Order: sequence, then C-alpha cells, then structure tokens
Amino acid sequence: MEPVSAKSPAAAAPSSLEKIRAAFPALEREVHGRPVAYLDSGASSQRVLASIQSVDRYERRHHSNVHRGSHTLSAEATEAYEGARATVADHIGAADRREVVFVRNATEAINLVARAWGDASVGAGDRILLTEMEHHSNIVPWQQLAERVGAEIDWTPIDDEGQLDMDAFTTLLERGPKLVAVTHVSNVLGTENPIAEIARLAHEAGALVLCDGAQAAPKVPLDMAELGVDFYAITGHKLYGPTGIGALWTRLDLLREMPPFLGGGSMIRKVTKAGTTYADPPARFEAGTPAIAQAIGMASAMRWLDMVGMEAVREHEEAIADYTLERVAEVPDLRVFGPPRGPGRLGPVSFEIKGIHAHDIAEILDRHGVAVRAGHHCAQPLMDRLEIAATARASFGVYTTTEEIDRLLDGLEDARKVFGL
Amino acid sequence: MDELYRDQILEHYKRPHNFGRIEGADLEFEDTNPFCGDEQHVTIRLDEDDKVAEIAFDGKGCAISTAATSLLTDELVGMSRQELLRLPKDFVLELLGIDISATRMKCAMLGLKVVKSASLGKSAEWEDEGEAGDPAEAVVDLGQI
Repeated sequence: MEPVSAKSPAAAAPSSLEKIRAAFPALEREVHGRPVAYLDSGASSQRVLASIQSVDRYERRHHSNVHRGSHTLSAEATEAYEGARATVADHIGAADRREVVFVRNATEAINLVARAWGDASVGAGDRILLTEMEHHSNIVPWQQLAERVGAEIDWTPIDDEGQLDMDAFTTLLERGPKLVAVTHVSNVLGTENPIAEIARLAHEAGALVLCDGAQAAPKVPLDMAELGVDFYAITGHKLYGPTGIGALWTRLDLLREMPPFLGGGSMIRKVTKAGTTYADPPARFEAGTPAIAQAIGMASAMRWLDMVGMEAVREHEEAIADYTLERVAEVPDLRVFGPPRGPGRLGPVSFEIKGIHAHDIAEILDRHGVAVRAGHHCAQPLMDRLEIAATARASFGVYTTTEEIDRLLDGLEDARKVFGL
Repeated sequence: MDELYRDQILEHYKRPHNFGRIEGADLEFEDTNPFCGDEQHVTIRLDEDDKVAEIAFDGKGCAISTAATSLLTDELVGMSRQELLRLPKDFVLELLGIDISATRMKCAMLGLKVVKSASLGKSAEWEDEGEAGDPAEAVVDLGQI
C-alpha cells in the first residue's frame, strides 16, 4: 500500500526557520491586511502540511473501519492506525506501543485515569495532590473523583517566580496522597517542572504520578522512562496535528490492572447475555470506532517534529521566550507572570499592562494581525493565586520568529497609545 | 483610528459611573464572564414603590464590559424590577453606540445580565451570544467540490 503517514517532500528535513514556516500553510493567512503573527500556539498550534496531507491521503484512499474487516481497505486502515500508535510510542520514548491509548485530547486522557484508575484505587479519606498552576483539565476530573469517593485534595503552592515550592511539596507528600497530578510545563507561566524529581519523591511516598504533557509535548524531548511517571497525557492539536486526538501513556503493568473507561465495541473480549469480558490494553480503553484519520495525522506531525529534532525545537522555544521576555521588559507598566529570563524558561509569556485589560490588549493586537490569547487560560486557581482576573498570553511554536515578537511590541505600543498611557 | 475605543468608551472605562457598592442594598448579584473570568457585582436600593432608587456596580473587567455597565447603570433609576427584566440587549448596544463583535458580545452584556439576575434574585437565563453561520459557506470552497 501507499504510505499514509509523514514523509511528504514538503516536509523533508527542514533545517531553517524559513523551511519550517513553509511547512505551515496557515501562516500564509493575512489578518486585517497583514500576515498573521500567530502567537496562540499554546491554545492550538497551526497544522503542519505533512499532517494535513497524511489525513487527506488516508481519507481519500485508505479509509475503512479498523480491527474488523478481512478486506484490503480495513487491513490498510488498521495498519495505518496501529502504525500511528507505534509512532507515538517512539516519539515519547515509551517502552511498548501497547502503553499508548488513543483518546480525544489530554482532558479525556486525564478523565480516563480519574474514572478507570481513580474509581478503583481512591477511596474515602484518601488524598490527591495537585499544584496551584494546573489547567482546569488537571483539576476538575480530580474534584469530581474526590466528590464521588469522598477523597481530599491538596495543593502544592507556587513561589512568587512561578516555580513549585518543592519544600511544601515534600511536606504535603507526608500526608500520603494516592496520586500526584502535575503539569510538565505551565500553560500560563512557562515554568518547566522538575518531573523526574517529583516522580521520585512521590514514589518514595507511595503515590503514583500523572503528568499533564499538553504544553510540554510540542516543546521538549520526551522519554517516559527518564521522567519516571505513571501516566502522561498529550494532545494532538497543540503539536501541529489535528483536533479530536490525543494519547494517554501508562505503564503497561498498571494499564493491565485498570478496569475499562467507556464500554462498547472494540474494547471487549467476549460479550454474552450474562456479561462481558474485556480486551487487553490498549483496546480495553478504546471503545467504539476511533478517530483513525486524526491518529494518523497526529503521528505524522510527530514524525515531522522528529525530523526537525526535539532538541532543536526546545532550543528555539527557549530562544523565542528569552527574546520576548527581553523585549517586553521595555514596556512601561507591564508585568510578566512566570520565571525570569534564564535557562529552562519556556513560553508562554503571560503579562498584564496596568490600565489596559487583557481583552483590550488582545483586541488591539488583532488589528495588527497579531494573535494572542486573553483570559484566565483555564487556570482560575492560578489566577486567584496571582490575584488577577486575566492575563494576555503570547505563546510560541516552531515557526515563531523574532520579527513576529517585534510586531507584538509594536502592537503593545499602539495599545498604550489608544488607552492614553 | 478607533471606532471601538472611542473617547466615550475609554472615559467610562477609566472613570466608570456608579462604581462601588451600596450598603444594605435591597437587590444584589454577582456574576462572571466564564470566557475570561471577569466579574461584576451589582447592588440596587429600591424606593417605596419598589423602583430603582440607586444602583452601583464594581468588579474587574475590560473596557467594553466596564463602559457598558457604566452607561447602563446611568439609565436605570426609576425603573421597576419588571422593567429591568424586560430590557433588551439592544438597549445596551444603543448606549454603547459601536459595533460589537461576536467575541466581545459577552463583555458588553455582562452588566445587563447581572442587573437582570439581581432583579430576579437568581441567575438570569441567557442565550449564548454569537450567530451560527453556515459551516459549508464558512470553511469550504464549494467550487472545489
């Protein structure tokens, strides 16, 4: 059969920023008469051509349902879908492709753990340890679990620079949580958390660790064994692939013990009137016809990222974050949230300007063709900690240029002018 | 340049009218814009005929939501609770006198929603803003099919 993933000529070994940008058709868009400066990749990245093409090719030529038919198209679809699983496993450094469960997004991955593992393993009076910098997707499923079973939630505080307070974390571990749920990279502060150290400490205290990798997966090289966590959640649409697809990585021994999440077709071994026995992982957690094309699209985006090289991707992210932090320091009355410039400081760069609400900043920037996000970024407990209602947030991708950051600065100058500052 | 951020809007944003809280208010409500987390708190004192004698608001918001509620609260003294509940969205849009995009409609309407909720004593039901377009027209070039 024809290849259904990656390896289109347009995506061959991009070595410069110009070539990388050429792989993103959406960057040709103009907004209000200017090329779009897309600084909202933290919410959703633009799609890489290799991913778009692999989805298109699959939809046009290879589609059928997976895991069922004995005919050629079904075999091709199954091969492509399971090939996508192997690519994901390879990209994140998983030991075994069966450790990768396809889900809709990182939110669904975390809900799957809260339901399947949580309902079976967390009981009345048990504790779950979160942090103050979590996205709602890594808060609400645990609050719902706590409500169902009568568990308690603790919060690891952050310091004024936006780093986790590791002393407080160690102290909170003494309460014996069943689970530590923590983001790898903050979607507001750009903080990269010391996940390997957190996992080591948590395991010593007898807790499992779930890491939300929605922001980290597009930015940093991943190796599940090195991180040492038990669950890792990623989403496709933030790493240059389609929406509607994500993955949950779980240690295979743990996954084997977990009861199913949703019930239905594909996840069964045998169904009788008397009852049902369940398939082995990962099928046990993939009820119903999956998002086949989207899984292929996400895997193609990962292959493309691997061609660029995740070390190079990380260096670019650090360089753009550093340049942005340097430039915004010039703006009067602008306050940045998150760690200062320095090694390991990633994007996004979230900020406020005294006298201009974040929404108004975003609106005026849009007129300059600069796309940023304004709001609470689905992190209201963090907003409470920072004692603000909203921030403006510039987030970056592999395609972000310093010229785009310069345009951000021009837009901020204009916003100050409009508001008479 | 600026139609949206014209002087009247910025003036009401920087120095909102009726800003604060009324001690011992008869009606009171607070709500947030779930989209951005902005908050507005409205307090209303009624006269002996159950009409608005005094109204005040405070909270955190953008230029559009703050100016909209500042302009709105200037108009409400003397109205009954029923009249408050019957106020149409256009009432606020006419006071603002500018085009409000679908994305900013929730900002413009936050104050009206809180005022109605205060009159009702519970969160007023509110249909979602923004108009549904034809998805085929919006994203697909039908000429290619």
